[in-house]
Amino acid sequence: MLQAEPTQTSMRAPASISLHQLAHARAGDKGERLNVALFAYEADHYATLLEQVTEERVLALFSHRGASRVRRYPLPNLAGMNFVIDDVLQGGVNGALNLDGHGKTLSFLLLSLEVHL
Amino acid sequence: MSFLLGSGAGFSGDRTDAAVAVVAELIKRQQPSALVFETLGERTLAAAHRAMREDPESGFEPLLDELLAPVLRDCLDHGIKILGNFGAANPGGACQVIAELAAQLGRPEVRIAQVHGDDIRQQLHGLDLQRWEAERLEMPGDDALISANVYLGAKALAEALAMQADVVVTGRVADPALFLAPLMHHFDWRWDDWDRLACGMMAGHLAECGAQVSGGYFADPGFKDVPGLATVGYPIIEVEQDGSLIITKPANTGGCVTEQTVKEQLLYEVHDPANYLTPDVTVDLTHAEVRQLSPNRVAVTGIRGKPAPERLKTTVCYEGGWQGEAEISYAGPNALARAQLAAQVLRERLVFRAPAELRIRLDIIGLASVFDSDSGELQRSASTSVSGDYRLRLAAEHSERRWVARATQELLALYCAGPAGGGGVRRQFQRRVFTASYLVKRSDIYAHATLFESPTQEAHRSERYAAS
Repeated sequence: MLQAEPTQTSMRAPASISLHQLAHARAGDKGERLNVALFAYEADHYATLLEQVTEERVLALFSHRGASRVRRYPLPNLAGMNFVIDDVLQGGVNGALNLDGHGKTLSFLLLSLEVHL
Repeated sequence: MSFLLGSGAGFSGDRTDAAVAVVAELIKRQQPSALVFETLGERTLAAAHRAMREDPESGFEPLLDELLAPVLRDCLDHGIKILGNFGAANPGGACQVIAELAAQLGRPEVRIAQVHGDDIRQQLHGLDLQRWEAERLEMPGDDALISANVYLGAKALAEALAMQADVVVTGRVADPALFLAPLMHHFDWRWDDWDRLACGMMAGHLAECGAQVSGGYFADPGFKDVPGLATVGYPIIEVEQDGSLIITKPANTGGCVTEQTVKEQLLYEVHDPANYLTPDVTVDLTHAEVRQLSPNRVAVTGIRGKPAPERLKTTVCYEGGWQGEAEISYAGPNALARAQLAAQVLRERLVFRAPAELRIRLDIIGLASVFDSDSGELQRSASTSVSGDYRLRLAAEHSERRWVARATQELLALYCAGPAGGGGVRRQFQRRVFTASYLVKRSDIYAHATLFESPTQEAHRSERYAAS
């Protein structure tokens, strides 16, 4: 399931793959605040997530939606981490004109991030 | 012996046949158990209050009868306690429906208890209120107020069970408290035994969304495969006296309970995992571990508890104006350009056909929609293929119905006056509800339970009295 091109990688930049290949996620909401819990499929990849799926990158990923702050809570026992993202729901279930006012689909926006192995 | 908690529904609108397999499993196990229906979302209460204005005998879960009819008699006959927040804005009305249903099923002696104290609409302005930390909205004026309800803890529900209730009907309570209450009653845990309270509360948290812990809201074909999603089994949680938890599901049902499904639900709608606030305990999940014991059996350990927060969360619902939506499809050669032209035409027309306060959003479904912002940034940057199957969606919001109606009517008019080949228009509009969250002092809230007695039950009791 990993991306192809295994040959001659030594001379290239590290292979970039979608976070979706390494991890699974679930989104939930409270008002204007979204949480996305992210878990590595393999515990070995937890360190990669910790290193590369940072608060800064997640804030940038959600910036077009007006995200004002991202906090990340690592959960090593679960090989996962919880992201709490403020002001990303453009009104939430109250005021959003978005079809998905809860932000339930946004776990897959997070999973579209690219990571390097 | 463990106590079994079964979930019969995880939201208002959930599958109404889910409880049948759960109850069959609970009966087979022959252990003390409870079945919980969680059917009250953040804004479901506002809808219930509005319904009551039209019809004073409504205001509770509209599908109550459909949810309980297949399982009520079995639960009564096998001592399976039923708890549900299906009372919504009118718990007394729900009690009446349940009493009538039980009588029809030949069980008129059913004991139904009602929990009171969550509805604080009348005393709202006399209370010491703090704004919840992520709350942006100001408190509405009285004319806009629809409902104000405190998230109660498990105490009044446990009190109801101590009155030997078979069915406990509540309005707003913290969802997982519906599950904690039967554990408190059965195990007689102390109300300051924080670790056990935390375990019981998290048992509820894991089960309160029904199938979300047993394969629902999870499947991602090729990555996270779930067998038999069409007949997914709703969860059963085995809880021991020491607070240890095992999550499982009924035999011969679809879905799956795995470390992955349990981890996802453990963090669902949680913010700081070291301080998950509930009315009865503050939960610390930072030491939690999940372990697959056997297929469809997962243990959760390491849940810890701390004293409960001093204040209780309250959700206030108020009138939020009108929202409308309308859609039209374009497909085949050059479809995207035609959809984009339709969007442009709508934008131009709404400038002079509606007031400036009309808030609108235009999505092109198939290109970018749910991930996009209100201003359509992703739509503009998306790499596009000209042909395809696209659906232009307009969403509009205004305090007055007529402008929302006007906006959606402008999309309808694209049939004849818009680009070529536009079809399949759907339009609808409805009132919006705004919600805001506040914190109230625990000492200002009086939660308690009473046994419900319907006119029919009263008559039944008098007959028995006369006969004796």
